Amino acid sequence: MLYALIAVHAILGAFTPLLVRRLGARTYFLLALAPLSAGIWLLTKAPAILAGQHYLEVYGWIPALDVDLTLRMGLVQWVLAMIVTWIGVAVLVYSRWYFEGLTSGRSAAVLTLFAGTMLGLVTADNLIVLFIFWELTTIFSYLLIGHDPTRRANRGAAHTALVVTTTGGLMMLVGIIALWSASGTLSLQQLVSDAPTGTLATVGALLMLVGALSKSALVPFHFWLPGAMAAPTPISAYLHAAAMVKAGVYLVAVLAPAFATVPFWRPAVMLLGTLTMIIGGWRALRQTDLKLLLAYGTVSQLGFMVLLVGIGTEAAALAGMGTVISHALFKSTLFMCVGLIDHSAGTRDIRELSGVGYRVPWLAVLAGLAALSMAGMPPLVGFLTKEAAFEAVVNLVVGDIQAITPLAAAALAAALVFGSAITVGYSLRFWWGAFASKSGAPALSWHRPALGMAGVPMFLGAMSLVLGFLGPQLTTLLNPYAERVSHGQPGHGFALWHGFSWPLAMSVIALGTGILLFVFRERIADIQATFPTTVTAEELFHKSMHGLDRISVEVTARTQRGSLSIYLGTILTVLVALATYAMLRIRVWPTYRVFDHWPQLLVASVMAGAAVLAATSRGRIRAVLLVGVTGYGLALLFAMGGAPDLALTQVLVETVTVIVFILVVRKLPRYFTNRPLNSTRWWRVLIALAVGITVTLISLVAVGARVAEPVSKAWYEGAYEFGYGKNIVNVALVDTRAWDTFGEISVLVIAATGVASLIFLRSRVVGLTSTAQAFESREDAPEADSAPGVWLRAGQTLSPNVRSLVFEVITRMLFGIMIVVSLYLLLAGHNWPGGGFAGGLVAGMALFIRYLAAGRHELDEAAPFDAGRLLGGGLLLALGAAIAPLFFGGTVLQSYDITLAIPLLGELHLVSSTLFDIGVYLVVVGMLLDVARSLGSGIDQHASEEIAPVPIPDSTKAIPGYGGSR
Amino acid sequence: MTANLVLAITAGILVAAGVYLLLERSLTRILLGIMVASNGVNLMFLVAAGRPGLPPIVGFGDGADDVSDPLPQAMVLTAIVITMAVAAFVLTMAYRSFQLHGHDEVADDVEDARIRELAQKDVVSESYEDTTFSDTGADVVSE
Repeated sequence: MLYALIAVHAILGAFTPLLVRRLGARTYFLLALAPLSAGIWLLTKAPAILAGQHYLEVYGWIPALDVDLTLRMGLVQWVLAMIVTWIGVAVLVYSRWYFEGLTSGRSAAVLTLFAGTMLGLVTADNLIVLFIFWELTTIFSYLLIGHDPTRRANRGAAHTALVVTTTGGLMMLVGIIALWSASGTLSLQQLVSDAPTGTLATVGALLMLVGALSKSALVPFHFWLPGAMAAPTPISAYLHAAAMVKAGVYLVAVLAPAFATVPFWRPAVMLLGTLTMIIGGWRALRQTDLKLLLAYGTVSQLGFMVLLVGIGTEAAALAGMGTVISHALFKSTLFMCVGLIDHSAGTRDIRELSGVGYRVPWLAVLAGLAALSMAGMPPLVGFLTKEAAFEAVVNLVVGDIQAITPLAAAALAAALVFGSAITVGYSLRFWWGAFASKSGAPALSWHRPALGMAGVPMFLGAMSLVLGFLGPQLTTLLNPYAERVSHGQPGHGFALWHGFSWPLAMSVIALGTGILLFVFRERIADIQATFPTTVTAEELFHKSMHGLDRISVEVTARTQRGSLSIYLGTILTVLVALATYAMLRIRVWPTYRVFDHWPQLLVASVMAGAAVLAATSRGRIRAVLLVGVTGYGLALLFAMGGAPDLALTQVLVETVTVIVFILVVRKLPRYFTNRPLNSTRWWRVLIALAVGITVTLISLVAVGARVAEPVSKAWYEGAYEFGYGKNIVNVALVDTRAWDTFGEISVLVIAATGVASLIFLRSRVVGLTSTAQAFESREDAPEADSAPGVWLRAGQTLSPNVRSLVFEVITRMLFGIMIVVSLYLLLAGHNWPGGGFAGGLVAGMALFIRYLAAGRHELDEAAPFDAGRLLGGGLLLALGAAIAPLFFGGTVLQSYDITLAIPLLGELHLVSSTLFDIGVYLVVVGMLLDVARSLGSGIDQHASEEIAPVPIPDSTKAIPGYGGSR
Repeated sequence: MTANLVLAITAGILVAAGVYLLLERSLTRILLGIMVASNGVNLMFLVAAGRPGLPPIVGFGDGADDVSDPLPQAMVLTAIVITMAVAAFVLTMAYRSFQLHGHDEVADDVEDARIRELAQKDVVSESYEDTTFSDTGADVVSE
């Protein structure tokens, strides 16, 4: 159910952009349904949870890594989930008016997604799943802070928040893995109930703490939170006050009962907590922007909360959880009040706001309640929780636990009283700044806020008051959690009156000092100004970002030279070096024979000569033909070496390649560029020689390494038994290693699409013209000769000067034969040399010949459809053949043989993998058709439109096809 | 098992010629280099496949020992066809380069040259923003 509720958030979030287009800002009402349904569901679970039960939802995910999708909701989780959902409802309802006139659904969508993620975060039991939710909230926070990427402040703040919190998150991940290795479980509940010990567990727990501190903006990570105020106010109210920053507090609260005793945990929590509380409050005292004031206040309160829940005594735990609740209530109220003031007055600067309290007294009262709760004044809930906190500290001073000495506890108490005094000070400053009349401030312009917009914070503010009188109930609610902390005495619980006691005295001192801080605020500001400026954590952060960028510039400049030949040279040098190193260690080299027979030697020497000539040739066509010689030579060597399939395919491919080259090279200059790179020639020769020698040696070593039984020995039997084919190579291609083949034909499809896109640029589908249409568009208007006896129908479209009747006649006769041969190769390929590749190449060549004989219209006559259909159809057929056996209870790519008895012709023996081979055939034909249409017809068309490049005679350059101007 | 020296050396020569072309600037020559080199590598597979036998077709010879090793052949078959596809694509790129620029030389990356300039001047990258916002500064004011 919980997952379903999270999914509701995700689905609503996904449809938000569509909804916003229709509903505008009213979409927020719809979005509020997601947290609302979750909140109501949580309420129905309340009796069970309060009775001490757990709600559990288990789904498997990656059992091998102990990762499962378990959600477990105990008391703490339930409390946090209640905060997340109900504050979420409030914020979303409030946003409906705050974002009046909404046009973009981006922030609304992300906000909803965030609410769902947060729900998952506080209920996840598996640490990896928790981490995923954790990082998702970081990302959503990043998107929300950077909601307006055109503003530098938003970009910078979003970036800072992202870097700081993910750094902490990654540390936490390491901590999770450390705890996993130490305990063998990833379940949060098991980890806490049976805590591992030892160095690894300590390191893990402390790293988790670092993650939590970064998320909750404790010193030294505190600086990202005020920056995050660049987000719109409702988002700040939710993410950066009530929900996301509480994630760290939640984690500490869950871990502390088990890990508070590990070394450094308590000192870190106490020191950083108080430091954060004081630094945050101290800075809040001098803010003039109401929202920033609240942000620093939040930093201060977060320090306070982490300190309380992290210290690991029963009384402190109770106070800490109480503070989490009261803080969520008053801080979101205050943020919404600021949003309201900002919205209605157009400013939230203390120096410009004056007389708001007279204009809207109800708002002043309401915000006053929340501010009093923040300051910890009775009879509000903030007072209850602060009293409880003081009580926990007093317990420490009188020796609650051994680990904390009386002096440390006293220092802590003093620091907390001081922190609370500052809190009183900035709470007063907030209220005064927002509502008081100030002399010298500009006149207030105020427009009435919508009732709903005012209603939400009013309700939340009233809750702070109501809850103030519900202390005993709150105590009953949270006590089961506190009791799980086995250290220290239990507290007296939350109540408005405990009698005259130390906590009360501390409250009075804090109140008195706080009022003094406010009254003498200008003196205090002067004093603050005299403090020496030290290096702040934020400056260090920016320096390190700057340094990182500098390092990346230097490293990039040194390693990324931007020259293809340098990259390739580096790769090749490494190849030579590593291979040489390995070969130097070989003690026994294989024996060799010089050659097998004289024809072999002859062919090999011709190939070698052709290769060397090709490398030094300056003529384009000459080089192409010389490379072709090496290809045909290779085919001969294959034929002599017992590889008929290879020989066949190599001959066909070489022919196609030479034709394709000639088609393109006709538009290119005759000679290669006179290269200015002569200076590096000898380097290139050196690398070439080194690589060549390495390759020769590697092939010798490879032969020598053939000592084990080749895996392909079994194929001899298996090919016929399981693949039902005699041609072992073909069975390997369509059955044994068919996935490789599938990858290969995908490459063919990609390459063909690339070729077509580079020629036709805008459209993959080419407009086909029949011969009749081609005649219609001609100015001299000859009639198409469709009489029988015409050899090739489109032949007449060519100029008589380039027409060759003999070629047309031969083509006419050859085409049908070639297609039959190609089909024969395709079907016979399973038992004899051939197969889909060879067959497809022959069919493709038949198409090429039609094009060569009578031009592009003839190609369209031969194949009156788009090549993409062949490519897609072939790929689909191959895929279908691969997965079809699954539906008959077989495995992927399993082969079946089918024997069809055809009358007269006898038996036709078909193997199901032939279907796969037909797919290969279609892809190859499609690719060659695409190439012919692009590099043949397409370039013809370019030439007729005068956008083909024109080689400059006696030059190595051409006139660009677009006249140089594109 | 003995190695065929002539074929091994031929493979080496083909690859060397290919590498020499590969380190050129003209895209057509680079492509020719790839093709010669892959012919050389395919030849290397033939050498590494051991002593040649009968075609690897069931029925030829008495058993697996009499025929050539089919595994390298299946690999090479794949390689041949892929090389063809690559050739067609790179060749089209060369054509396009002529169509746009009148030559097919692979130029050095301009962006990388700019990064080198930045490094020489000891400054940060162009996308770097100094995101400092003071706690009272106007930078942080949001909507």
